[in-house]
Amino acid sequence: MMEETGIGIWGVPLAIFAGAIRVSTPFIFVSLGESITERSGRINLGLEGTLVFGAMTAYAIAVMSNSPWLGVLAAMATGAVFGLIHGWICKFPKVNDIAIGIAMMQFGLGLAFFLGKPFIQPVAPHLPSIPLGGWSDLPQIQSALNINVLFIIGALLSVALWWAFKNTRVGLILRVVGDSSDAARAMGLNPDSVRLLATAVGGSLAAVGGAYLSLFYPGSWNEGISSGQGLMAVALVIFARWNPIGCFLAALLFGGAGALGPALQSVGVTQGYYLFYAAPYVLTLVILVATSSPTRSLAGAPGALSITK
Amino acid sequence: MTIEVNTPTLSPLSADARSLRPLLEWLARRAEPVAISLGAILAGLALFSIFIVVVGKSPVDLFKLMYTGGFGSWFSIQNSLSRAAPLLLTALCVALPARLGLVIIGGEGAVVLGGVAAAAAALPLVGSVSPIIVLPVMAIAGMIMGGLWIGLSGFLRHYRGVNETIASLLLAYIAIALMNHFIEGPLRDPASLNKPSTAPLPSDYMLGNIPGMDVNWGLAIGVVACIVSWILIEATSFGFAARIAGGNVRAAQIQGLPVGRLIVGFTALAGSFAGLAGMIEVAAVQGSANASLAAGYGYTGILVAFLARHNPLAIIPVAILLGGIDASGGLIQRRMGLPDATVLVLQGTLFVVILLCETFYGRFKIFNPDLWKRPALSGRTA
Amino acid sequence: MTKLLPMNRRNFLKSTATGAAAIGFAPSLFSTSAAAQTALTVGFIYVGPKDDYGYNQAHAEGAAVIKAMSGVTVVEEENVPETVDVQKTMESMINLDGATLVFPTSFGYFDPHMLAMAEKYPDVQFRHCGGLWQEGKNPMNTGSYFGYIGQGQYLNGIAAGYASKSKKIGFVAAKPIPQVLQNINSFLLGARSVDPAITCQVIFTGEWSLAVKEAEATNALIDQGADVITCHVDSPKVVVETAAGRGAFVCGYHANQSPLAPEKYLTGAEWAWGNVYTDFVKKAQAGEKLGNFVRGGLKDGFVKMSPLGPGVSAEARTKFDTTLAEMMKGSFSVFKGPIKDNKGGDAVTADQTLAEDAIELESMAYLVEGVVGSTS
Repeated sequence: MMEETGIGIWGVPLAIFAGAIRVSTPFIFVSLGESITERSGRINLGLEGTLVFGAMTAYAIAVMSNSPWLGVLAAMATGAVFGLIHGWICKFPKVNDIAIGIAMMQFGLGLAFFLGKPFIQPVAPHLPSIPLGGWSDLPQIQSALNINVLFIIGALLSVALWWAFKNTRVGLILRVVGDSSDAARAMGLNPDSVRLLATAVGGSLAAVGGAYLSLFYPGSWNEGISSGQGLMAVALVIFARWNPIGCFLAALLFGGAGALGPALQSVGVTQGYYLFYAAPYVLTLVILVATSSPTRSLAGAPGALSITK
Repeated sequence: MTIEVNTPTLSPLSADARSLRPLLEWLARRAEPVAISLGAILAGLALFSIFIVVVGKSPVDLFKLMYTGGFGSWFSIQNSLSRAAPLLLTALCVALPARLGLVIIGGEGAVVLGGVAAAAAALPLVGSVSPIIVLPVMAIAGMIMGGLWIGLSGFLRHYRGVNETIASLLLAYIAIALMNHFIEGPLRDPASLNKPSTAPLPSDYMLGNIPGMDVNWGLAIGVVACIVSWILIEATSFGFAARIAGGNVRAAQIQGLPVGRLIVGFTALAGSFAGLAGMIEVAAVQGSANASLAAGYGYTGILVAFLARHNPLAIIPVAILLGGIDASGGLIQRRMGLPDATVLVLQGTLFVVILLCETFYGRFKIFNPDLWKRPALSGRTA
Repeated sequence: MTKLLPMNRRNFLKSTATGAAAIGFAPSLFSTSAAAQTALTVGFIYVGPKDDYGYNQAHAEGAAVIKAMSGVTVVEEENVPETVDVQKTMESMINLDGATLVFPTSFGYFDPHMLAMAEKYPDVQFRHCGGLWQEGKNPMNTGSYFGYIGQGQYLNGIAAGYASKSKKIGFVAAKPIPQVLQNINSFLLGARSVDPAITCQVIFTGEWSLAVKEAEATNALIDQGADVITCHVDSPKVVVETAAGRGAFVCGYHANQSPLAPEKYLTGAEWAWGNVYTDFVKKAQAGEKLGNFVRGGLKDGFVKMSPLGPGVSAEARTKFDTTLAEMMKGSFSVFKGPIKDNKGGDAVTADQTLAEDAIELESMAYLVEGVVGSTS
């Protein structure tokens, strides 16, 4: 009887696959946003605050307007505002962008929790997903292939950014500014304005990641909605060496590894489950150690980035 | 911002002024951070007041409550100090590596594993060995564990080229998983029932309070650690070498400085302070290692260190300020019906403004004796 | 009016419950005047946000009930960690607000935090949710209260047993601790009272509140064929919504989550802390001694069930109501031997019947046969 409904050990790879898609989207958006910001030579460590504020805004607007997409747009707007504040403050001399990021994270979390209180109870409409699993009879596969539009947008965006960094004028400007403020000025560019815009775009993408959390998966607003996705995604950018496609893959890897713990328990592997839950972190660290080397540690790093100096 | 500013203009007599000049210069240089910080705090509070007015509450009531809750009575002061105590050590975990130009954000990992190591070290000794021995053993165990954990980030940075920020963050998550694994598995006291913990320390093995205060010894240990760290950085060749390496690694290597050993040494020392914080949490507060060790002290320490501009002495007032805001948060919830997040908003606003005001350093002539005119002094800011 | 309606057992229970409540309130009409003179400040401390659709909300709703009582001032603090913070919060409530009765509502507040404060403030009464107060070991101005919510999970299990087609039900749990293990076991035993072939898969998330992992766990359970899900985490909102979104039935916990999934919500085991707090506060106002070890179940009004949802069949409803009625009489025992644990050992021997108030239930360390999962 059980064989009819359960899919047994095949549940583990399926869960990793489905988990990678379900869980990775916030990481994709935050890390893509941060890759733009960091490419311009600035680091915004405060995207966790932006993400949570975006989650709250998206949920609140979706509840009030009954339109989840309006919620996403509103989240993008607030994310851009957070980015603009960060970018504006950091253009003053002697201001440390990492420190401002941490303070902005505190500010964003506080404001989101403060303003979000009335929206914990109401239920917001969810973002739609595209059922790509209709070919299968298995409900598990159908569910795994119920892919959210934002995931697809994120995937396309990562390719588009990768291409744009290499081939477009905007990409060139970002790279020049990111590598050296002096060189940028010599070319007649204003590094502060470029970074301001790059941080604003980064913030608005991070907020989309938050909107995904509150409006799709897990699709709920409360104070514990994020478990550090925003902070981790910033770290993934360094892991991905500032390459947008790398960010996308790193997010998938991270999401898939995160699904390992629950999936193993669901097939009866239950001993030491905390250690399975640490899998994404261990895996990331191991890959990082394996792929780094003391002589080329800064490969791909924007020269003006404070964190890699 | 012009509190200490008047002092120079008080000396119209040129003869006296000349003899007073060294004192004034000293005062002016010391006054700069104080004046800028105070000005920034006032500006931050003003911004926050606007927010409070917008949400329909009285900022005056709120600030009164904050004073009452944070510093208004001996009880409140001790409350603030108790909350500040762990932050002193976790902030050092960020500030020391920062002197080498390293950004360590995973102090939380050293705190939780330091706590577990301390509790585990005490287990076989409790009952047969005197507390006078057990407590130092616990402290050493916590410090070694924390030192290894953060030192690993430093090691990976120097010898493998792994970014220390991301490594320390990953290691913090791994540390919390390990802590949970140990306290729910091998180290679990079956009697801890619904809160999995290690076996509790008997009360005579606990690190008590500072005499005459209701604050545990963690505060004194933290203050001493800050002072020792300051001396280490400012007055020893180790600290001097670190500062050179922090300025420019290549230059330091050319000069023959042992950069690798400096990095590993500094990160390990930093981690040992965070590990000590974990040990104190076990020995002075919880009485056992349990999931409450991951209370976020490591993360708050990042904020404290950056606000203190990685100066170990400045960590002390910053941590107390943060402790005070934290302590008053409860009163604001209870008396004004504002959510607990109010405190987070205040901290965020305040810290953004304080960090923004870093830009004013060196901009005011009054604090910069090199720009003073020889004969007369003008009290104006540039 | 009740005479005009056909008297089914549920309505009967409801009306007797109201009757009892009315009788319970009658003496309070006399004591209110006395109470007004002795103003009482009561402190509540929550470990999470007080509107979490779960554990903390259940307590905050209880606090809201006594807020309405005359002569009572309630002071509340949310998101208080189980560190020196909670000690200072208690002290601050006592020193600055004049609280003389404090309810620290999270298990981790008990030892050492509340015990330390109780020693320091012997004139203040502390009552803790979930702790195992022991006479002679713990101070007399402290105490603990808790509800036999395992009964509620057993009833959840009955509803689940009838609703499950796959004969596999799932449980998303935070940590393998006695309170959680008892709920998992009760849930399965309830389901097995319907069909002994049912198994229950458990997934531990390791944290009390971790939205994404709870959603992943729910998905993993459903992927493995579980078609009724319940949970024991601080905020069941995510589990309820995710499970219902996948088309599975859900049973609630802590508070009533039926508005989140009206079609798929079968029933839920809820706390009724308002009754418990009212009782404590009345005693405190009257100057009576507060209980040190207070426990109660469905019949004592500590625990209640959410109204049955549309997914509950008539057959299920009958069994549910019969069992509930037996529990209300106090004659029902969830853990009646012989019960094996899931490692093949004896959990409850054949001659043993553990009543709901059996103290060994509060240190449960096993999962019963039929539960797929391990305790460490």
